Amino acid sequence: MKELICIVCPKGCRLQVDEENGYAVTGNGCARGAAYGKAELTNPTRVVTSTVAVAGGVHPRCPVKTDRAIPKALMARAVACLDGLKLQAPVALGQVVVEDVCGTGARFVATRNLPRG
Amino acid sequence: MSCAVNSGMYDVIVIGGGPAGLAAALAAREAGAQRVLILERDGELGGILNQCIHNGFGLHYFKEELTGPEYAGRFIARLAGTGIEVRLNTMVLDITRDRQVCAVSRQYGCQMLQSRAIVLAMGCRERTRGAIGIPGTRPAGIFTAGTAQRYVNMEGYMVGRRVLILGSGDIGLIMARRMTLEGAKVLACIEVMPYSGGLNRNIVQCLQDFDIPLYLSHTIVDIRGERRVEKAVVARVDEHRRPIPGTEIGFDCDTILLSVGLIPENELTRTAGIPLDGRTKGAYVYENMETRAPGIFACGNVVHVHDLVDYVTAESQRAGAAAARFAAGARAEGPALTVENGAGVSYTVPQAIRPAAAGKGVDIFFRVRAVYSGDLRIVAESGGAPLAAFRREHLAPGEMEHITLPKALLDKAAGSITMRIEEVHS
Repeated sequence: MKELICIVCPKGCRLQVDEENGYAVTGNGCARGAAYGKAELTNPTRVVTSTVAVAGGVHPRCPVKTDRAIPKALMARAVACLDGLKLQAPVALGQVVVEDVCGTGARFVATRNLPRG
Repeated sequence: MSCAVNSGMYDVIVIGGGPAGLAAALAAREAGAQRVLILERDGELGGILNQCIHNGFGLHYFKEELTGPEYAGRFIARLAGTGIEVRLNTMVLDITRDRQVCAVSRQYGCQMLQSRAIVLAMGCRERTRGAIGIPGTRPAGIFTAGTAQRYVNMEGYMVGRRVLILGSGDIGLIMARRMTLEGAKVLACIEVMPYSGGLNRNIVQCLQDFDIPLYLSHTIVDIRGERRVEKAVVARVDEHRRPIPGTEIGFDCDTILLSVGLIPENELTRTAGIPLDGRTKGAYVYENMETRAPGIFACGNVVHVHDLVDYVTAESQRAGAAAARFAAGARAEGPALTVENGAGVSYTVPQAIRPAAAGKGVDIFFRVRAVYSGDLRIVAESGGAPLAAFRREHLAPGEMEHITLPKALLDKAAGSITMRIEEVHS
């Protein structure tokens, strides 16, 4: 039995995951918590957020995120693939910045509109 | 004072264009206010959300997980076509209880604006090294966590390489992860209290994910370095938060980030003579977020520091709608019940409730003084008799709580309502 704090939402439910019983989860407040508890012990994943350089915008950096959760172990490699990139303003919300992050199929997308400065 | 622009009479002027101001302005317009104006001192709307590039916003309000800029962006997009006026780069210098606003900007110069109602949505700011009195030299390399967040996430400056974080508030935890992903080594997070000040999920995904140790009941007792921070000395503290000699640990770091609390930014409120609550450091508010100055409302972190922007939005929508009703001539009246701290409760918002104006009921937001777990009850009582009890299994100071008191129960209360925490022992 493993104890985890759920990170799906800010409530932070205290989960008990039974590794010997098909990763059955108790203590969860919702179905997403059950899925999190199992995934966290089998294939933990995270949405990764960072920034990318922009030329000619109101700010010199534009925030980005992976459009889906990627394996936790790939977080550092994922942000490294933004190094050296430079977007040209204007940047649109949802604009794809990196097509395939570390072979996961996830994309880095811009999380705001960044007008010309 | 001369008036550069004659703007006529506004229905609602909102001071601040962050999440609170945006939600209040939109709600005021939806509730029928014709002329709504947002005054924002920054060059763009969205407030502090623009630098909060991490995700986790909007789970309550949008039922999905958004980043800060995405959450702000959705409200900014909603302004289009509403006719809500926005003045950016505009600093409000003064407000009066008869709802005159004095502001200044490069574009319009000095502006004297008149409104039927005002919504205060100025947010909060960070406590600094000076506010907590850390000893040591005064080298470069000491930042509040939010300032570092702006430098790293918006302006593209890396603030340091070997980082120590003082305080386990959410911004400090978020910056521990952010600095690690940007290639810095985060040595530890130091918290003076025996529990974290941030959300549990942030302990997991910002510290544990990156093997960053959290030292509870510890604090910084010395900072060394001439030009730049070179070392921080950390010691364990006793139950009175006094450092224990002999427990010192040295950390060779070039940067210290402070995440030691937020203070509602109420200079305008105070100057206008609007009463503040010493518990929240924000305005004393009624059930509709009206301050004790009629027609002046307040919402968001300027009233009390929230953990979740979703709750800021909900509170600000109530304030905006109430401001619109006031502008249209409606008055929330009737005798008021005060809301008092009982055992274990450190503050409540609202501070007073007018049952006649309460509609179907009132949400009471509050924080607790300590970490509780087990079979717990949040008890609301009046005149020594319980009105209602709400069950919880876990309560912590870092997590804002709320209960809803329906109108029928408010009508049973007399004089005041006391909120307290009860531990049920079986």
